[in-house]
Amino acid sequence: MTYALEAKGIVRRYGHVEALRGCNFNVKPGEVTALIGDNGAGKSTLVRILSGAEQPDEGEILIEGKAVHFNSPSDSRNFGIETVFQDLALCPHLNAVQNMYLGREVPRKGILGKLGFLDHEVMRQGSEDAFRDLGATVRSLTASTGSMSGGQRQSIAVARSAAWATKVLFFDEPTAALGVVQKKNVLNLVRRVRDKGIGIVFISHSMPEVLEISDRVQVMRRGLTIADYKTSETNLEELVGAMTGRLDEASK
Amino acid sequence: MSMFTNTNGDPKSDFGILAEEKESFLKRIPKTQTFQIVSVLFVITAIFSAIAPSTFFTLFNLRNIIINISVFAVLGVGMTFVIITAGIDLSVGSVLVFSSVIACKAIVAAGAKGWGTTFMGIFVAVAVATAWGALNGWLVSIAKVPAFIVTLGSLSAALGVSQIITGGIDLRGATPELVNKIGFGNVYKQIPVLGVIAVVVVILGGILLHKTKFGLLTYAVGSNTEACRRVGINVNRQLIYVYSLMGFTAGIGGIMSLAMYQQTTIAGQSNTALTVIAGVVIGGTSLFGGYGTIFGTMIGLFIPIVLQTGFIIIGVVPFWQNVVVGVFLVAAVYVDNARRNAADGGGKSLKKRSKKSTS
Ligand SMILES: Nc1ncnc2c1ncn2[C@@H]1O[C@H](COP(=O)(O)OP(=O)(O)OP(=O)(O)O)[C@@H](O)[C@H]1O
Ligand SMILES: [Mg+2]
Repeated sequence: MTYALEAKGIVRRYGHVEALRGCNFNVKPGEVTALIGDNGAGKSTLVRILSGAEQPDEGEILIEGKAVHFNSPSDSRNFGIETVFQDLALCPHLNAVQNMYLGREVPRKGILGKLGFLDHEVMRQGSEDAFRDLGATVRSLTASTGSMSGGQRQSIAVARSAAWATKVLFFDEPTAALGVVQKKNVLNLVRRVRDKGIGIVFISHSMPEVLEISDRVQVMRRGLTIADYKTSETNLEELVGAMTGRLDEASK
Repeated sequence: MSMFTNTNGDPKSDFGILAEEKESFLKRIPKTQTFQIVSVLFVITAIFSAIAPSTFFTLFNLRNIIINISVFAVLGVGMTFVIITAGIDLSVGSVLVFSSVIACKAIVAAGAKGWGTTFMGIFVAVAVATAWGALNGWLVSIAKVPAFIVTLGSLSAALGVSQIITGGIDLRGATPELVNKIGFGNVYKQIPVLGVIAVVVVILGGILLHKTKFGLLTYAVGSNTEACRRVGINVNRQLIYVYSLMGFTAGIGGIMSLAMYQQTTIAGQSNTALTVIAGVVIGGTSLFGGYGTIFGTMIGLFIPIVLQTGFIIIGVVPFWQNVVVGVFLVAAVYVDNARRNAADGGGKSLKKRSKKSTS
């Protein structure tokens, strides 16, 4: 089976810090892959590289077996890869619709569109549909997102990425700011998007959540993926052991 | 309020956006800074006309006020865009002078008369100033020098180059067409051409900012630059465009001032940038980016002029205008800060959170 997305030997340095040291990683279509690891293991860095927000110093990225190069986030977006970043990436002064279509604004038809006028009605309808499709409600489509709660902002970020993804969807700690009900809804959303055949990468520090939602778990430690488990064949102790390094020997 | 429907709820019934929208719109108006600043202008006007009911509106020479404000209004359009991106341009006055000097040179070289020469001069002024703006934008976005420093450098350099070219002596070189038809001309009765030019620029600028993708991206870049990069917006290009637009308006200002004074104004523009920035900020545009309106800027520019006129009429030393404008400026930024802190944390807390979480 070819991977929807595969990373081979990714190296990323920040000055003297080697955040990724030849990291391998892969995502299969229609599968939820959990990516776990201690604080500073390199998860967010890997996500930024695989979504084109940063470039690796070394290593290779393949989409459906073909080598690709992401110069910018729009490159990865063009391949159908979307990301819910840990730090949300919404514009607080803009409203839900404007954020939903940020960088993908729909022009009006005809000459007005060429002059840069936008089709607000289409975008409003599209956003409404996207939020409804995900079973999400947003307090207001016209209020600035900066005036909303952390959880409401997160729901917009999640809905935006889920609506645009066609191949791979990264979630970097999507449930961190959410209440119990909202967490459950995000997990339902993850399942729904997965059932569309999209590969999902789910980063979380909550092991019960990881065991509940994922089909596979890849463990990162100090810039390397050191283990790859089928969720059905692993347990809490094994995962914690792998993350903290107690099972280094066993996993090799 | 829950943002996801719970699993057994009907998503549609929770989706009460439209009802909420209508209600909150009317409630929101009094809270906007634009509304507050319009009220301030209204109160000032009311006070002056109450103190001197017979003279205020009659002596209130609208034509002079419009001519005085027209150059500032044009520059205010560009400055509003720049400040919405969380930038600043201190160099507008110098770039204005530079564009008028080069235009003057070009006009003289072409014989200094005729509409052809006039339009050539206009084109040269606008092109030169736009190019300087683009340079500012390039330095801010790609070379990543803070806008304050870039434009402080431009403030000095553009004036210096103008002084080198002219030897420090103002050039007289406007065509008769430029002076008589544009500088002193009226479109209709007492309606000055310069005022009409300003109104056209302001309206087009307002449409560009509030109705087009270009405007939306300007807000977006000022609101969260990193978010824009991540969704694939070409942030650097947008910043270069915005600073070029600032230059473009400075070029129009340069040709307007040449038409008005019939000569360049090398020593006369040292306060221009501050006047314009004060107008933009008093008008409610946030120095921290992401928020502002062209309409607010226009009100912000009118307040000093109304004060000046009013003080003259009621016999207060007009220098008080400077003091009051200074107070207004600080108060406007204070109000903006208070508003940003009050708005549920708003953008500020989002930024704080993202800093913490880049572990
Ligand atoms: N922009 C940066 N500049 C310098 N160092 C960085 C930068 N981003 C990440 N790092 C470093 O790279 C390492 C990996 O960080 P990363 O954010 O990828 O960890 P993480 O696995 O996502 O952690 P967490 O679970 O806390 O989110 C850390 O040591 C971090 O300090
Ligand atoms: Mg992280």
